[in-house]
Amino acid sequence: MNQLLHVSASPHIKDRVTTSSIMLDVIIALIPATLFGIIQFKINALLIIVTTITTCVLAEYLYERFMKKTITIKDLSAVVTGLILALNLPSTVPLWLPVIGGLFAIIVVKQFYGGLGQNFMNPALAARCFLLISFTGRMTNFAFDGMTSSTPLAILKNGESFDLIRMFIGNTAGTIGETSTVALLIGVVYLLIKGVIKLTIPMTYIITFSIFTLLFSPCSFDFYYLACELCGGGLILGAFFMAADYVTSPMDQKGQIIYGVLLGVLTGLFRFFGTSTEGVSYAIIISNLLVPLIDKFTLKGGVYQ
Amino acid sequence: MEVMSLKSFIGGIHPKDQKQYTKDLPIIKIKASDEVVFPLKQHIGAPCQPIVKIKDNVKVGQIIATSDQFVSSPIISSVSGVVKKIEERMDVSGKMQESIVIANDGLYQKVENNNNKQELTYEEKIERIKAAGIVGLGGAGFPTHVKLSVKDSNQVQYYIVNGAECEPYLTSDYRLMLEKTDELIAGIHVLLEMFPKALCYIAIEDNKKEAIHLLKEKCKYEKRIAVKELKTKYPQGGERMLVKVLTGKTLNSKMLPLDVGCIVDNVATVIAINQAVRYNQPLISKVMTISGDGITPSNIEVPIGTSFKWIVEQLGGFKSEVQKLICGGPMMGSALIHLDIPVTKTSSSLLALVQDEVSLFEPSACIRCGRCKDVCPSLLVPQKLYQIATKNDTEAFILNGGMECIECGCCSYTCPAKRNMTQAFKKMKYLVSINKRK
Repeated sequence: MNQLLHVSASPHIKDRVTTSSIMLDVIIALIPATLFGIIQFKINALLIIVTTITTCVLAEYLYERFMKKTITIKDLSAVVTGLILALNLPSTVPLWLPVIGGLFAIIVVKQFYGGLGQNFMNPALAARCFLLISFTGRMTNFAFDGMTSSTPLAILKNGESFDLIRMFIGNTAGTIGETSTVALLIGVVYLLIKGVIKLTIPMTYIITFSIFTLLFSPCSFDFYYLACELCGGGLILGAFFMAADYVTSPMDQKGQIIYGVLLGVLTGLFRFFGTSTEGVSYAIIISNLLVPLIDKFTLKGGVYQ
Repeated sequence: MEVMSLKSFIGGIHPKDQKQYTKDLPIIKIKASDEVVFPLKQHIGAPCQPIVKIKDNVKVGQIIATSDQFVSSPIISSVSGVVKKIEERMDVSGKMQESIVIANDGLYQKVENNNNKQELTYEEKIERIKAAGIVGLGGAGFPTHVKLSVKDSNQVQYYIVNGAECEPYLTSDYRLMLEKTDELIAGIHVLLEMFPKALCYIAIEDNKKEAIHLLKEKCKYEKRIAVKELKTKYPQGGERMLVKVLTGKTLNSKMLPLDVGCIVDNVATVIAINQAVRYNQPLISKVMTISGDGITPSNIEVPIGTSFKWIVEQLGGFKSEVQKLICGGPMMGSALIHLDIPVTKTSSSLLALVQDEVSLFEPSACIRCGRCKDVCPSLLVPQKLYQIATKNDTEAFILNGGMECIECGCCSYTCPAKRNMTQAFKKMKYLVSINKRK
C-alpha cells in the first residue's frame, strides 16, 4: 500500500440523500405546476421564472463571494427559493419586480440571518409579502387569456360562484404557479413517494382550514364553496411546498400539528375577515415566527432518561 | 403503539445489508501467525497484569495475564511458544497498549484439561466462564462472568440470545447459528440451568430466514426456548432495543438489562459459554467476517492474537488499492490506521473498502429536516444536541438526554447535510465521563 488509509470515527457509511438531492426533488415536484404556468401565461411567465431564479442564484453567489463565505449555490436551495417566488408572482409584473423580490429573499431574509437553515421565515414568501406591501397594485393585477381578470377567490368574495372544475385544472387568473391544483398535486405525490415531505403539516393545515370555512365563512356548511376555497388561491402551493419547508416549520410532530392548526385558523381569518382575498402567505409568515416558540415547548429529547 | 407484523422499535434506519457477499460461505479455519500479540485489556474493566516473563514457555489455553479485580477477564494464549516481548503495541482503537508478544512454535501444545467434574454448581460454572476469559463477543467486551453473577438466580426472567446481527456486511453470527446450532442450543441449556425461572428468546432479524428456520426446527420441543423473528432494521441488535422489542420494557443509560430481569448475550458468547462450562475449554479463537469490495470475502475462525496483516495475506491479499479498513461493522466499527494489529476477543470483522464513501461528503448547514430525530432509537433530538456539542456544553448535553445516546450512528447516517453528529456525541460523552472522574 503506497497510499495512507482513511481513518475516521464511525459510522463509515452514509445515506445517499443529501441537501441538494432533496432540493432537486422539490424542483422536480414543481415542474408540472411550472409548465402549466408557462403554457397558461406564455412567454411572460417563462421570463419571470428565469429572471427570479437567476437573481436568487446570482445574489447568493455574489453575497457569499463578497463576504468570503463558502459558496453554497450547489445545494440548489437558491434555485428552489427563486422558483417558489416566481410561482407566487402574477404574470403581469414587470421584470424588475422579481429582481427586487429575489434580492430581498436571498440577501435580507436568508443571508443576513446566516444563510441556509438559519432563516426564520420562508425567503420566497417573505419576499412575496414584501412585494405585496410595496407594490400592491402590480402584485394584485392578474390577467387571464391576455385580459385583466379577477382571481376566483376575489369572485367568490364578491358572493358570486365559480366553476370548480376550471379551478381544479387551473384555467383561471392567479399567480403563475398557484392556479392548477392538479399539477401541484402531481408534484405532491412525487414528494410523498420520495419521502421528502410528511403529511402532518399540510393535512392539519387543510383540515383546520376546512373546518374553519364550514363554520365561519360567508357560505357556512356549503361544501361546493369549501372545495372552491381549497382549490383557489395559494392554499395547495402554500400548504405542501411552503408551510412544510423544513427550515421554518417545527421538527416535532406535536409541534407540527400546533403549527398546522395555527396556519388553518390564520388563513381562514385573513380570507374571510380581512380586506384582501388571499391569506395563505401572511398566515405562513406569521406562523413561521412562532416556530422557535413551538419548538421550545414540543421539541424534547431524552424521554427514556 | 404501532401495529406491525414483525416486532420492532421506534426509530432506526435501513442501510443496504451487504450480507450477500459472505452469507453463504462456510467458516474456514486460519492458522495463527508466527508472532501472536495479546493486548492486556480486551474487555471492559480493569486491565490484566502479565503472569509470564520474557522467554517463558507457554501452551495453548494457558492464562498469561490476569487481574485480581472482579470486573476483568484473563488473557489466554491461543498458541504454544515462547514469550518474546512484553511491550506497547497498537490495538484496534489506535491506542498503544501493553501487550504480550509470543513467538508461535506451531506445535499447539495444549495445557492439561482436567474436566473430570460433571455436576457443577452455579458458582463453579461462573468460575469456569471467568477462567475461560469469556467477554461479550458482540463487540462490547463486557466480562460475561460479571454479567451472569446475579444475587438471586431466580430474578432472571428472560435470557436473550442476540442473533440479530444488524450491522451491514457482518455474517459471523449467522454462520455460527447455521454451523454450530447444536452447540448454541447446548449453551442455552447451560444458562437455563443456571437461571431456573428464565425463558430464552433467540432474537434473529428476518433477513436471516435460514437460521430462523433451522433454529425453530431444532427448538420445536423446547419449552423454555423461543425463536423470535425481528424486523430487519438497524440497530435492532442493540441491547436496549432487543429488551424493548422482546419484553416491552424500557431501559436507559443508568440501567442494566438485569434491572428488568433480562440478560442479553451474543450468539458467539453462548457458544463460548458452552465450551467453557461443559468441556472446560477457554476462548482462544474468534469467528470473523472478512468482507468489502477490496478483499476476497469469507467467514473465518482465527486464533486470538493473530495479526490482521497475516489474515489478509492468507486470503490472498487485497484485490485492489483499499482506502479504508474497518474492524467491526460499518456503523459502529473502528477504522484501522494500519494492519499490524492483533485480533482480540471483540474483533468481529475486517472490512476492506476500495472507496471511503464518507470522505466524499462535506458537512454543510443543517436544514432542520428532522430526519435525525425520526431515526434516533433513544428518542433524542440529535439536531439540538449537536448544537450543544459544538459549544462543549456538558450540562446542557446531559439535560437534553445526551447520555442516553448509544452511539449507533443513525443520525450521522441519515443526515442529508452530512453532519458528523454521532462523532460529536461520543466526544461529549467522553467529556462528561472525565468531568465525573474529577
